[in-house]
Amino acid sequence: MKRLISLIISLLAICGLLAFSSHQLQASSGSTGSKVLNLYNWGDYIDPHLLTKFQQETGYHVNVETFDSNEAMYTKINQGGTHYDLAIPSEYMVAKMKRAHLLQPLDHHRLTGLHNYDQQFLHQSFDPHNRYSLPYFWGTLGIIYNDKFIQPGTIRHWNDLWSVKYRDKIMLIDSARDIMGMALVSQGQSMNTTNPTTLRAAEQKLTRLAPNVKATVADEIKMYMTQNEAPLAVDWSGEAAEMLANNSHLHYVVPSEGSNLWIDNLVIPKTAQHYNAIYAFLNFMSEPQNAAQNAEYVGYATPNRAAKALLPAADRHDQQFYPPAATLRRLEVYRDLSPAKVELYNDLYLEFKMHH
Amino acid sequence: MTKRRTWTYFLPYGLWLALFVIAPVALIVYQSFFDLGHHFTFSNYSTYFQSATYLKMTANSVWYAFLITLFTGLISYPTAYFIHQLKHRQFWLLLVILPTWINILLKAYAFIGIFSQAGLANQFLTFIGIGPQQILFTNASFIFVATYIQIPFMILPIYNALDDLNPAFVNASRDLGASNWQTFRHVIFPLTLPGVKAGVQAVFIPSLSLFMLTRLIGGNKVITLGTAIEEHFLTTMNWGMGSTIGVVLIIAMIIVMLLTGDQKSKGGTPR
Repeated sequence: MKRLISLIISLLAICGLLAFSSHQLQASSGSTGSKVLNLYNWGDYIDPHLLTKFQQETGYHVNVETFDSNEAMYTKINQGGTHYDLAIPSEYMVAKMKRAHLLQPLDHHRLTGLHNYDQQFLHQSFDPHNRYSLPYFWGTLGIIYNDKFIQPGTIRHWNDLWSVKYRDKIMLIDSARDIMGMALVSQGQSMNTTNPTTLRAAEQKLTRLAPNVKATVADEIKMYMTQNEAPLAVDWSGEAAEMLANNSHLHYVVPSEGSNLWIDNLVIPKTAQHYNAIYAFLNFMSEPQNAAQNAEYVGYATPNRAAKALLPAADRHDQQFYPPAATLRRLEVYRDLSPAKVELYNDLYLEFKMHH
Repeated sequence: MTKRRTWTYFLPYGLWLALFVIAPVALIVYQSFFDLGHHFTFSNYSTYFQSATYLKMTANSVWYAFLITLFTGLISYPTAYFIHQLKHRQFWLLLVILPTWINILLKAYAFIGIFSQAGLANQFLTFIGIGPQQILFTNASFIFVATYIQIPFMILPIYNALDDLNPAFVNASRDLGASNWQTFRHVIFPLTLPGVKAGVQAVFIPSLSLFMLTRLIGGNKVITLGTAIEEHFLTTMNWGMGSTIGVVLIIAMIIVMLLTGDQKSKGGTPR
């Protein structure tokens, strides 16, 4: 017993010592005082080399903290006690944060790179004049197939998934809005529909898909698809990019009849303090060279038109991740629905899951 | 003087209970009476008990929790019994406890590796000529993994009950001419029943609200109340409905406690 206690005490002492010295190290390296920028970002969502380059060019040290869901980020900023200067929420969360008065407007006079952005990704419904947000990356919802099991070209539309050929072959991303949205688009409806009858019809259509669904999972889809566990999956383009990088048999399709267009955005939360650093960073990230470097690192599609032109031709012309204009026009951005409607989507989705 | 001292001793426990047991439960009950617009309402409960989806989900949860508890019990009782007969019991018991030191998420991922199309289980099936089967995302694999995870929590109380059993009773039973089976049926099993009940409590209640395994191993083909709670708290942010389901689970827990509780306290002692 005595030995156990002394063991635990020495373990605690070592941990404490390490924590203290790492704190000291950080304090000495970040002692530039106000020359810092606190960035609240998704995990592995920026090229670390860019942060070093930014510090060399401007002298601002970037502290990065990460979150793993929009909701977690919202809660943390809403609770206060944090000092984030920039955060990167998805489009519906921008609208939600705006309504909760958690965002500071952007001073457009201090932005130098606005003209680099593609108009397609500006002036969206969640922030009509980009008063609060700058697009960071964008992507779609689509179908991933494995050419070992599926003839290339046979999957083009959402309705192809309902074919009896694919019994017990499809993996779905566990997200109410996306899966309900997919069913809505397959019936020619808007992904932002709030009509209960239309939604009920979509749920019934999903129920008919149930025999084809192998599993409804989350991040694990990446692992499963890479390991050839299932021939088909419905997931976001960002996840798809990672799968494709790890398994050359995988391909990504955005159905031409429409899908979701998601946009992650840079915003200034109410907790911001270092305004010079913020605008320096926003302008730095808007520079085509830097945005292109970031896009190559992260693997997502950049909304920066000038940056896209700098990407290697293979990336630039990859119709999987930069769909043709005709498809792009049919993509819909999710509107921030009222809580009651979000509830309706989720209840119907839960019913669909019960039918497996 | 002594009274005051007793009071001081009780204070930390009292505070602990109030802060970490009573307050959270009270908060959940309180939350369950509010709708999305933060208005006081009973509608969460009426929605719950009128919705076929939730009722079916409740039935599902209870059914799966029952199956998991049943299989855990069927495996754990003989295991505990044999470990108790062995020479190096502490060592074998340690081996049983060992898996509980590993995080449940890691164990789930290990099973994904074993059960997947190219996993060990399917390699074996291919080797003996059956060919690869779909093992992941089936009800059977979900129950298998849940049972595996719960087994130590059932073995320990049963083992302790066996340990507490006075061997004189067993010897007396044999001296009086009872066969091995009769001894087990009429002496050992009834006397270790409290251990089984404690094990059932430790397994059944957590099994009611497993949600990570339902997704990772069950591929969301098994939906339990835990899935619904997770969705209400994280996606729809309807804490009222989530809390309502939580209250239902708490009530289910109380019922299980009462059913498996100590019968003596009800005044059933004849002596």
